Amino acid sequence: MEVPPSDASLAARVRAGCAPLWRIPGGLLQGFGAYCLLMAEAFNLPRDLRPSLYARNLATQMVQVGIDSIPIVSLATAFSGGVVVVQAIYQLENPLLPLSIVGTFAEQSILLELGTLVTAFVLCGRVGARIAAELGTMRVKEQIDALEAMGLNSRSFLVVPRVLAGVLMFPVLYVVAATVGMVMGGVVAELSGVLTIQTYWEGARLFFRPYDVFFGLVKSLVFGFVITSIACYTGYNAEGGAEGVGKATTRAAVLGCVWVLFADYACAALLL
Amino acid sequence: MIQIRDLSKSFGGNAVLRNVDLDVPEGEVTCVIGRSGSGKSVLMRHIVGLLEPDSGRVIVDGAPLDELTYSELRQVRRKFGVLFQGGALFDSMSARDNVEFPLRTFTDLTPNEIRQRADECLELVELPDAGPKKPAELSGGQQKRVALARAIAIEPKYILYDEPTSGLDPETSNTIDELIHRLGTTMGTTSVVVTHDMHSVLSIADRIAFVHEGTIPWTGTVDDLHRAESETLLAFVRANEYKIGVPSETA
Repeated sequence: MEVPPSDASLAARVRAGCAPLWRIPGGLLQGFGAYCLLMAEAFNLPRDLRPSLYARNLATQMVQVGIDSIPIVSLATAFSGGVVVVQAIYQLENPLLPLSIVGTFAEQSILLELGTLVTAFVLCGRVGARIAAELGTMRVKEQIDALEAMGLNSRSFLVVPRVLAGVLMFPVLYVVAATVGMVMGGVVAELSGVLTIQTYWEGARLFFRPYDVFFGLVKSLVFGFVITSIACYTGYNAEGGAEGVGKATTRAAVLGCVWVLFADYACAALLL
Repeated sequence: MIQIRDLSKSFGGNAVLRNVDLDVPEGEVTCVIGRSGSGKSVLMRHIVGLLEPDSGRVIVDGAPLDELTYSELRQVRRKFGVLFQGGALFDSMSARDNVEFPLRTFTDLTPNEIRQRADECLELVELPDAGPKKPAELSGGQQKRVALARAIAIEPKYILYDEPTSGLDPETSNTIDELIHRLGTTMGTTSVVVTHDMHSVLSIADRIAFVHEGTIPWTGTVDDLHRAESETLLAFVRANEYKIGVPSETA
């Protein structure tokens, strides 16, 4: 940071103090450019690519991104579904409104928003952080250099299977999340004693539109790309030792959450 | 043949290599010696194109690396085996999988042939039983030997070694030295060994390049080393405390 001389004018001091702020847009732009470049280079698949090598890597990533995430995603969305129903019962205590509207409220909330967003936030931590830590460690321990030195396109080899696994498995996780959330909502509705599970499902079916599921699937696909690609970018470009890996991991989780929110808004604005 | 011409590289204004010239003749072992931080490893990374020079060029078998597309560069890199200082083994794979990885990736060998070749390589580095172990279960020296097995698995034309004997016990160091020498004599492999272990240098070097403060002020054979007059080189050699007949200040 530039330190102005003590006799500098107030304007000069303010200007010097704000200098780091002016660098932020430039840094963001540079980072976005580097991210786009990495993705372009990664998906420019080599002609001598061995499908078997990538397929094995993709299968491993699909298990790690998708199958291994089912318990935590189920847990998170189960509680979300339960909370939505409890809050709906609390807010809709109006004799003029039918009790089945609780089911409608839960269905809309879970299919359109919670099923994807809660899943995405959970996976920013679980999947994004893991990918960034893994690639960051490979970077600082020269394993990425070793891949390059062998004559392998390390970007394609490391990034493509992880991003593809995210894009393919996030919609699956969304289906699991939405199902668990809705079922848990029904259980909580029954346990509340205010409405029966049949009334809950009637309300859920009343305003159900298949497009809501389509919207959720598209959003989860977008979130899958955003989370895994950002994690690959931060991990692949990690610098230094353990500290660098830590920073890359934190950036993956934070940037992933921030860009998921942007993507959430963009999807809603474009598709609803 | 590897030729390095007028190569310079800086990091953040700190000049690490300055107008370096070096020829690596085929079938010989060229040892690049010098103090820690003198730029030896940076020079090695330029040879395989992992770093881009600020100026100058590296030419491998007549192909200037700076003029190649990424795809062509990857083809050139397949002529190399590289032993990194820390081994750079893939943590998620067993030692055997690490050795088999380049064979599966770049050759058309059958699974049986791959397994056989991996066994041969692990035996060459005297670790025949290390196959099922993960890198974390191996000592630093063992990791380095597995990494060496991986580097030689596809029988590359060139092998680059970054500090191959550092952290190894003297007996294992001798084994590695013998292996480097044998690869050169029996298979005609060209080796570039970055090291500051003068014992290794005297055992294996056909040519020596001395890196000092980003330049190469001296190159020659082991015999030439005995007659060298460069004070910085002699100071480096004397620091290794080997009686190799170099003139000392007190002589």
